[in-house]
Amino acid sequence: MRDRRLAWRDLDWVIISIYLLLVFFGWLNIYSAVYNPSNHAIFDFSQRYGKQMIWIAASIVIALIIIIIAPKFFSQFSYAIYGFHILSLILVLLFGKEVAGSKSWFQIGSFAIQPAEFVKYATSLALAQYLSNLDVKVGNLKATIIAGVIIILPAFLILLQNDTGSALVYVSFIFVLYRRGLSGNIFVIGLIFAFLAVLTLLLQSLTYKLILLGVILLIISLSYLFMKKNLSNVLKLFGIFAIIVAFVFSVDLGFSKLQPHQQVRIKVLLNLKQDLRGAGYNVYQSKIAIGSGSISGKGFLNGTQTKFNFVPEQSTDFIFCTVGEEWGFIGSSLVVILFVILLIRIIYVAERQRSIFSQIYGYGVASVLFFHFTINIGMVLGILPVIGIPLPFFSYGGSSLWAFTILLFIFIRQDAERMKLL
Amino acid sequence: MIMRKDKYANRKYTIYGFFIFVGIIFLIRLSILQLFNNEYVFAAENNTRKDITIYPPRGLVFDRNNKLIVYNEAIFDLMIIPKEAKDINIVNFCKLIGIDTLEYQRKYKKAKKYSRRKASIFVKQLSKTQTAFLQEKLFQFPGFYVQARTLRKYPYKNAAHLLGFIGEVNSKELKNDTFYSSGDYIGKSGIEKSYEKYLRGEKGVEKLMVDVYNREKGSFHNGKYDIPAKKGYNLHLGLDVDLQTYGEELMRNKIGAIVAIEPSSGEIISMVSAPSYDPNLLVGRIRSNNYDSLLKDKHKPLLTRALNSSYPPGSTFKLVQALIAQQEGVLYPSTTYTCHNGFNYKGLHVGCHSHTPTINLEEAIKISCNAYFCNVYRSIINNHAYKNSEMGFRKWRDYTLKMGFGKKLGIDLPYERGGNIPKVEYYDKYYGKGHWNAITTISLAIGQGEILETPLQMANEAAFIANRGYYYTPHIVAQIGDSAKNNPSFTKKNYVGINSKYFDIVVNGMEKVVENGTAKLAKIDSIAVCGKTGTAQNPHGENHSVFIAFAPKDNPQIAIAVFVENSGYGGTWAAPIASLMIEKYLKGYIPKNRKWLEKRMLEGNLIPEDER
Ligand SMILES: [Zn+2]
Repeated sequence: MRDRRLAWRDLDWVIISIYLLLVFFGWLNIYSAVYNPSNHAIFDFSQRYGKQMIWIAASIVIALIIIIIAPKFFSQFSYAIYGFHILSLILVLLFGKEVAGSKSWFQIGSFAIQPAEFVKYATSLALAQYLSNLDVKVGNLKATIIAGVIIILPAFLILLQNDTGSALVYVSFIFVLYRRGLSGNIFVIGLIFAFLAVLTLLLQSLTYKLILLGVILLIISLSYLFMKKNLSNVLKLFGIFAIIVAFVFSVDLGFSKLQPHQQVRIKVLLNLKQDLRGAGYNVYQSKIAIGSGSISGKGFLNGTQTKFNFVPEQSTDFIFCTVGEEWGFIGSSLVVILFVILLIRIIYVAERQRSIFSQIYGYGVASVLFFHFTINIGMVLGILPVIGIPLPFFSYGGSSLWAFTILLFIFIRQDAERMKLL
Repeated sequence: MIMRKDKYANRKYTIYGFFIFVGIIFLIRLSILQLFNNEYVFAAENNTRKDITIYPPRGLVFDRNNKLIVYNEAIFDLMIIPKEAKDINIVNFCKLIGIDTLEYQRKYKKAKKYSRRKASIFVKQLSKTQTAFLQEKLFQFPGFYVQARTLRKYPYKNAAHLLGFIGEVNSKELKNDTFYSSGDYIGKSGIEKSYEKYLRGEKGVEKLMVDVYNREKGSFHNGKYDIPAKKGYNLHLGLDVDLQTYGEELMRNKIGAIVAIEPSSGEIISMVSAPSYDPNLLVGRIRSNNYDSLLKDKHKPLLTRALNSSYPPGSTFKLVQALIAQQEGVLYPSTTYTCHNGFNYKGLHVGCHSHTPTINLEEAIKISCNAYFCNVYRSIINNHAYKNSEMGFRKWRDYTLKMGFGKKLGIDLPYERGGNIPKVEYYDKYYGKGHWNAITTISLAIGQGEILETPLQMANEAAFIANRGYYYTPHIVAQIGDSAKNNPSFTKKNYVGINSKYFDIVVNGMEKVVENGTAKLAKIDSIAVCGKTGTAQNPHGENHSVFIAFAPKDNPQIAIAVFVENSGYGGTWAAPIASLMIEKYLKGYIPKNRKWLEKRMLEGNLIPEDER
């Protein structure tokens, strides 16, 4: 092992460049979304774009600090960091401030911070730490359960805060588990169950649901014809059917347990409800904003949908609308392509790691970013239900920007070490 | 920590695949939304565009001497769009406009009932100072705005009936014409109603951009798509507002009507319905109160008697008999009949006053002999040229219809009545077919019985006699706009079916009526007035009197009918009033030697004492 000081050229500048591009372009769009012709000083810190400028500056400082910190810090203290953040989630449940129905903010003076945002990197660290143990194999039950607990514990606590969107993010760690050996069938099974869930919701009457179950029973019975005729297979098939029946009814039950606005969002997405004034309004306006941008957009600061507040949450969750409206297909497809390049680059860089910890952490980073990217833009484009999670590096908000910066730069820092491990 | 051989390494490709798959889905979705769909471009414009209706000023009205008689005054309504007024501070708002919250809720509910998205009036007709004060504060209350409108003003307080009034559109009018929206004004009567389409102009649209809270954010495409409002056409009337004013003064404390027509054009020079009212009373906030009290007034000041009341024409109808009989060849200027205090036939008696027993046509007109015209009428009905008296009656009736009796003349005012000339079927039903004849219907000869005429039709009779055989459809509006032509039907001569040569003797008779006949009080120095008195029997009290006239005899400028209820004999009130109108119109003043008559007419109170 050669001891070498960290050199700037060891950093992955492709990732850093894309990061800076996204942050800068994001800021431009926040500026435009909030823009007010009578008051447009860039350094007006009472405006969101002014604040975001501060968050960006702070993020760069955070990135520099992470680069300076010895990379071993994160691998050695990963469980401690994880524990610290889990504690913050418990504390926010006890002492947090409720904003729009979610108890997920710490308020310190005029400054508010959302701990849930930071748990993603902590979970990635802890998961990487656990899975990089030589004797841990994802295939076996104990490892799967422990990895599952690491993932599900924060998700559960966030769910208690009433922040469904942020909790769902933890589903993304399935990619990490998959890469580490979780059966690929998980995706097939996942798809089948997702399909079943949608069908269950579409078939609203009990009769149709029973017919659906009847058809499934028929398929399972037929498949027995092609199997070894023994009791264990009969029990297996029976077990599968029982799980399906339980699933169908628990989807129903779970759906009824959702808050009314969430139910409506799902119904609107499934076209069960045409509601352009209520829940469908946001998505409709968002589609108008993007659609009206046409090929080259209305131009910077010229978007009427966003500037005149037709699009809700335009500087946070719906920031991509501003891109679509003002920069058109050219701008919005560029953002999509940048994200895909970033994700691929992260996997590529993860794969070149010699440390399993770094590699797994890299997969964690990519998974979290991929999930946010997919859910956020899918929502804005009207192909996924409205789940309020930010677009990484883009959306307005200090907590999310800092958290994604930390998430990404820990990885960049780990990667810069790869030469030393020879 | 060092990596072992990784049997799952290939799984990275699955993950790359996932990322690229989602990226492609998004790019496809983006191209569907942005490249292959126009719908959203329009939807975005619709979102931000707010159309502000620009109300055009209503057309002005001028009299025949270009005097302005109707103009506009701006008023302001406070409008509400219920959908947008949801989240306002109601207490503050009520304080601002000076109502209580209960009142607010009531008005809000009413507006919401009309439409949630469309504007309706919240507070009507604010004063200028109120408006200025409100407009500074109104930005705090989304969903409210001030709409400028125009009210009508009448510098001369006359001609209320023919000018009419405007009022808010009712639900039926809203449904029938998409031009209007709630709170708009529409002509309700008079020329305001009949010329509504010209007077109202065309609404304009100012296209603004608004944000989601409907706050204005500047003009849409710099006003490129704005539609300017087009002001309504001005109307130029044949009315002489000074003569109208004079006529209304003369008719003060009387019930009746005056209609004066320019025979050479059919333009109405003056049309008085008495009692009348100040048109300014039916404007603005005071309107509904005043309207109610006018409606309750037992003398019915809202009734346009000139068009809507019909009376028996009395002796003025004798002229019609003289014309028809000559045209039918059953009467000549030299034809004489003898009258011994009236017409007697088999026990039937139509009285007459005492005069030289045997008279010719001209004398008969001059002294208005009943017996003479009973005989004339009988000769028309019993004309041997026709199979029977029913055929004679039909012929007679056809003439009267051609003269404009028994049907609407088609004046450019709403609610005209047509009067009545009885039909054959009427008598068939009453007496049985073949069981009636000239004698049964003899009262028609002297303008009594079932005949009814509006004062307008009486004036029109004077007009077609003045023209010696034709009339133009009487009309109020001489010209629409500055160059636009008026209704072509108003320039068409309506021939009455009588050869002009038969008018000479009738006109001469009418001249004699004024010179030294039944209407000597109508005589004017240096102007030959031709007239005819009439009396309509009134079973309820004093008879109604009527006088029709035109002047001068050659090249007539004015044809007039004056109808005064309960005034007794036609020569006493109706004739002097008509002559004063004629003199005022032709000379512009009343000479000293006739001031006493003018005074007597102005001061006369002919409203029955028990009704005053
Ligand atoms: Zn006589």
